Amino acid sequence: MSNSQQILDFKAQLELQDTTFPMLQILNEEGKIVDKEGLKRAGLSDEKLVELFKSMLFARQVDIRSMKLAKQGRMGFFGPHAGQEASQMASSFAFTDEDWLFPGYRDLPQIYAKGWPIWKGLLWSRGHQLGNEYTTDDGKPVNSWFPQIIIGAQYVEAAGVALGLKKRKKDAVAFVYTGDGGSSQGDTYEGINFAGAYKAPLVAFIQNNGYAISTPRSLQSAAPHLAAKGWAAGAPSIVVDGMDAIAMYLASKEARAWAVAGNGPVVIEAITNRLEPHSTAGDDPLRYRTKEDIEAWWKKEPLVRMRNFLTEKGLWDTDKEEAYIAELDARIDADIKKANNVEKQKISSFIKNTLEVPSQAMAEQIAKFESEGK
Amino acid sequence: MAVKTYIAAITEALDLALEKDKDALIFGEDVGQNGGVFRATDGLQAKYGEDRVFNTPLAESGIGGMAIGLATQGFHPIMEIQFGTFIFEVFDSIAGQMSRTRYRFNNTRSNNIVVRTPYGIGTKTPEMHADSIEGLFSQLPGVRVVMPSNPADAKGLLLASIENNDPVIFLENLHLYRSLKGEVPEGYYTTPLDQAAVAKEGSDVSIIAYGGTVSLALKAAEQLEKDGIKAEVIDLRTVAPLDIASIGKTVEKTGRVVVVQEAQRTAGIAANVMAEISERFVLNLKAPIGRVTGPDSIFPFAQAENDWAVKAEDIVNKVKEVVDYD
Repeated sequence: MSNSQQILDFKAQLELQDTTFPMLQILNEEGKIVDKEGLKRAGLSDEKLVELFKSMLFARQVDIRSMKLAKQGRMGFFGPHAGQEASQMASSFAFTDEDWLFPGYRDLPQIYAKGWPIWKGLLWSRGHQLGNEYTTDDGKPVNSWFPQIIIGAQYVEAAGVALGLKKRKKDAVAFVYTGDGGSSQGDTYEGINFAGAYKAPLVAFIQNNGYAISTPRSLQSAAPHLAAKGWAAGAPSIVVDGMDAIAMYLASKEARAWAVAGNGPVVIEAITNRLEPHSTAGDDPLRYRTKEDIEAWWKKEPLVRMRNFLTEKGLWDTDKEEAYIAELDARIDADIKKANNVEKQKISSFIKNTLEVPSQAMAEQIAKFESEGK
Repeated sequence: MAVKTYIAAITEALDLALEKDKDALIFGEDVGQNGGVFRATDGLQAKYGEDRVFNTPLAESGIGGMAIGLATQGFHPIMEIQFGTFIFEVFDSIAGQMSRTRYRFNNTRSNNIVVRTPYGIGTKTPEMHADSIEGLFSQLPGVRVVMPSNPADAKGLLLASIENNDPVIFLENLHLYRSLKGEVPEGYYTTPLDQAAVAKEGSDVSIIAYGGTVSLALKAAEQLEKDGIKAEVIDLRTVAPLDIASIGKTVEKTGRVVVVQEAQRTAGIAANVMAEISERFVLNLKAPIGRVTGPDSIFPFAQAENDWAVKAEDIVNKVKEVVDYD
């Protein structure tokens, strides 16, 4: 083929786009290892495998309890994350405390994984200022930004942190999450592109759960793979089975190693699914997707295959799981109590938190609200 | 003291800030080797290195996000948006993000970012380069909007803005960049934020102005003096939040006020000043408050700038109206 023929073969180019990103999978839907080399490369000891599964159970239990609270009207805004335990917990499992997390609004579990207490997550959801203090219960700072509501903003901010870490010569990266809808935002591209231009250590996740509220993935982009968005910024980009914890861990670990070595960003598209509504704010998924589709995805959910895998290996059983869930429930109960008992917020403190040195008008307002006990 | 241009005063402030504060970083489009499209950062990369003064990709939103991220790592970002009206591309980083950081994190984190950007009528720029955008930012809790009117203030206010622990939108008047010279004190000094200045003492009427219109107000005051009217000129310097005490002081003194802004009439700084006076100092007034502003159209096509822009003569006429009210 002549050069011009090859270059101008648009059809071939589209086919190439489609086949360029094979999906990384190590653990199939039945919990069988389909990529032994991959498992070896992940390098997870038996102990670590159990720890990883426990973190996924933790995320699921928080989700179950949060949805119950929502039904009782005791939750605020909450984006359910059931179905994304591999994509969220197995990815964060590959990062260190020194790494900086930039979560989206559905990504509270990754912040918990860094030591942020559940009671603060509940307060964040309910809309209380104490929910946005990022420290552990014993006062250690948690390197996480807040669950970003403005979709895409976390990407440009994470790129800035990545550059900051590089300038400080830290052995750390920034890692950031958005959804399939978020991949359409300008900020998402700008974030990856800035990190690429500065060779800043950024690991960028696109959790493709099939829907942005009611809008299907197919309407977000004609690109056959959202991972391809990273190529526009010169970043290595991969597609991973986001229901497979071991594949997600391996991809994240390798991406981190690449980024921290000074090679710039990596984009990881995790193919996952949102098994529940978009949020607790009145979304009904049956308005835009079928019951059969949701049920089919429940069969592929990440806990089932990881549980099967660990049980087969003799590392897990029903007794262990029941005991662990009971332990989690007790912990969640204590945190709910703690969240219920925090002091009411004062408007005067809102004004004080707006500028370090309040303006003349603000000082008057602080005095007024304080005199009213508000 | 030496006589310097408005832009030379800004460059000097940036130089002193980089020297004093090892965490200060300057970045934006073409601010590095090129020294900025107006030479505001001229020579700074050569002096402090590419690690501290550097170019960015052409994406304002990315620049804003980067400032927030760098602040998170303990840096003091001084970001430049090449022209004020391009700031719409980075509105979320400013209005949705950095302005809220202190509040959002319950005072456990803050963003000490300075957003430098030029604005200002009078140089016949192409579309969306010179619009007055301060009104948009004045409505945002959590940011300060600083608009120096002369070289000495440009230096002192910029250094104060860099020292400040909250975001500052620092609007530089591009018409004044080279057209205005003034005495600039030597060395490092700061000019307080949130404080207006008396640019000229007077007793008959107060002209409250800021940024590019202060020199017009001073010119008008000179003309008025020939007609026996002693005008006091107040330079707001920080336009949001307002220095209400200084505004009150001049209103109590003169009882007559004309507020001047280069921006369109509706919902700008002038309206805020007038509202504060109406609510707090109305009994001191001997006449309705006058207002001189641009018309409520989109910023003019270049050839019509002279007809559109506020002029010293407009201020003179409005002051006479207010003085002759009774």
